[in-house]
Amino acid sequence: MGQSGLTQAIEVADLVVGFGGNTVLDHLDLIVHTGEILGLAGASGGGKSVLLRTLLGLIPKRKGQIAIFGVDQDKATSLELQVLERRWGVLFQEGALFSSLDVFENIEFPMREYLKLSPRLMREIAAVKLEMVGLKPEDGDKHPSELSGGMTKRVALARALSLDPALVFLDEPTSGLDPIAAGEFGVLIRTLQRTLGLTVFMVTHDLEALETICDRVAALADGKIVEIGALAQVLESEHPWVKSYFRSVRSPLPLSRAPVTP
Amino acid sequence: MSLDMCRADAVLAEKRLAVGVSGTDQLAIVGAGAWIADNAAELEAVIEALRPNEATNLEIDMGEVEAFDTFGAWILERLMRGDGRPRRVALLRLPARFHDLAEDVHETHRQTPSPGQRIAGPLARLADIGRGVEAAFEEVRRLVDMVGALVALCATALLSPRRFRWTSIVHQLDRVGVRSMPIILLITLLIGAIIAQQGFFHFRQFGADDYVVDLVGVLTLREIGVLIVSIMVAGRSGSSYTAELGSMKMREEIDALRTMGRDPLEILVLPRILALVVALPLLTLIGSLAALIGGGFVASFYGMEPSLYLARLQEAVSIADFEVGMIKAPFMALAIGLVACAEGFQVRGSAESLGARTTSSVVKAIFLVIVLDGLFAMFFSSIGM
Repeated sequence: MGQSGLTQAIEVADLVVGFGGNTVLDHLDLIVHTGEILGLAGASGGGKSVLLRTLLGLIPKRKGQIAIFGVDQDKATSLELQVLERRWGVLFQEGALFSSLDVFENIEFPMREYLKLSPRLMREIAAVKLEMVGLKPEDGDKHPSELSGGMTKRVALARALSLDPALVFLDEPTSGLDPIAAGEFGVLIRTLQRTLGLTVFMVTHDLEALETICDRVAALADGKIVEIGALAQVLESEHPWVKSYFRSVRSPLPLSRAPVTP
Repeated sequence: MSLDMCRADAVLAEKRLAVGVSGTDQLAIVGAGAWIADNAAELEAVIEALRPNEATNLEIDMGEVEAFDTFGAWILERLMRGDGRPRRVALLRLPARFHDLAEDVHETHRQTPSPGQRIAGPLARLADIGRGVEAAFEEVRRLVDMVGALVALCATALLSPRRFRWTSIVHQLDRVGVRSMPIILLITLLIGAIIAQQGFFHFRQFGADDYVVDLVGVLTLREIGVLIVSIMVAGRSGSSYTAELGSMKMREEIDALRTMGRDPLEILVLPRILALVVALPLLTLIGSLAALIGGGFVASFYGMEPSLYLARLQEAVSIADFEVGMIKAPFMALAIGLVACAEGFQVRGSAESLGARTTSSVVKAIFLVIVLDGLFAMFFSSIGM
């Protein structure tokens, strides 16, 4: 995956983001290859979500360039940006489902906005998406307030995938799920990535998700990406924060199937 | 990834999506181009136009299809499923890279839910009316419930006054009383001025200038003062009560209080309603005064000396007029507070329901205020006040 010669899915160069006198991202560089699943790990409050929201254009940056599929957000016209937004899907941490619409309507919402489909086709495709994320068509008539945490995540994923995007941003997709559900969700993301050929940018705390789902792992510390590569490579990092963070993978819990480092 | 490249190319590719060749009972469809979301509407139309469900022998050639996503996969799947009539279907030359997706979609969605079926016709109307009546009774029951619970709460709280939550009451008094004074003073001042101006304008034609003071005094003290202030408070404070309690309900804060063994009525509702019951009479008092002053301004503008205005006012209004207005105020406050809090607790999970409940809180409170005012008018006239 991630062959060279193609446009990279995400290219970030020299990114600086801060609030007031507080610099959160400090000259950060990052490349996400097309077709890979990249997991971003980092401490709570370390700027993972800030990076994600900056990529999405929700937080203004102080300095640096961000290009997604080769489109630089500063230079793009509003039409180009719209085409870009049409090609990505976002799973927010709390789901961010529209509370006044039912599940089907939530999934259909992007289709309704961007495509002129017949109501029948739209409903059928929404049902296909719903089943792809492991829910039943009967769940489609429920409202977001009637869903459990895991179901909310799944519906949010179905909505993120509604338009068959090329790039999906996942903000803590497995947080708040029990380990079994989290594992299933990981497998689901992996399967969908394979069948749909997605690029996935995933912010996560979940070491198991990093290990089982991600092609590459990026560690964010001190406002920079301090280590990026296959998990095995990140585990060998000498950076003190990365070392202490991933120590729990090696010991004491034997949940890891990762290669043990010397 | 290959899919992704194809998708980019597909935008440029010409839009020849499917061609059908039909014989007797037989249809051969040759797919081409990009079977993706952007073309889905067109693709569906092209395929429906070929009437594929009527052929007993269907052949689908996918060899020329360059891009394929869930939308294309579903349309292919739907084509192959048909409408349940027995027939022979052959799928030819589906490119290997699309197999996984086609397989995935094939697994899903065995029964098709129809989009939003709704019962229509006169029967549905009737059912709507029935539900409306039921909801109205339910509403009354809830209000009565809340009154009962609050009375019980007050009774127990009188035994241990600490349970009245003085800090909270004072805070609410500041919000609904002190902070609403400027706007209420301004509005009532203007209303008093307008009544006086209309009085002078019309009474002057038959030389009854003096009676304008009676008009302003009696009307303000008995009706307008308390009514305007109540309506303002329902819009300003009632709505904020509903929105606050409603969003606390949505975020499970009220459930959190319950699990800590605390009664939300005691902590949230009682201080709010008590604050209103104290604040509204005071606001009515200053509002009525402001209206009288506004009337005085206009009177001096029309050439009536302020001293004369005051002297006329003393003759025109009695303490009974003032009492009639003030007695009503706490009842108005109770109605506004009860409706606002009850509506707040009715908020369900959605943002829409928060908006709907806030609207209905204000509408119901204003309605109740006016109905109560009418009942009081009948009561006071029958006891001769």
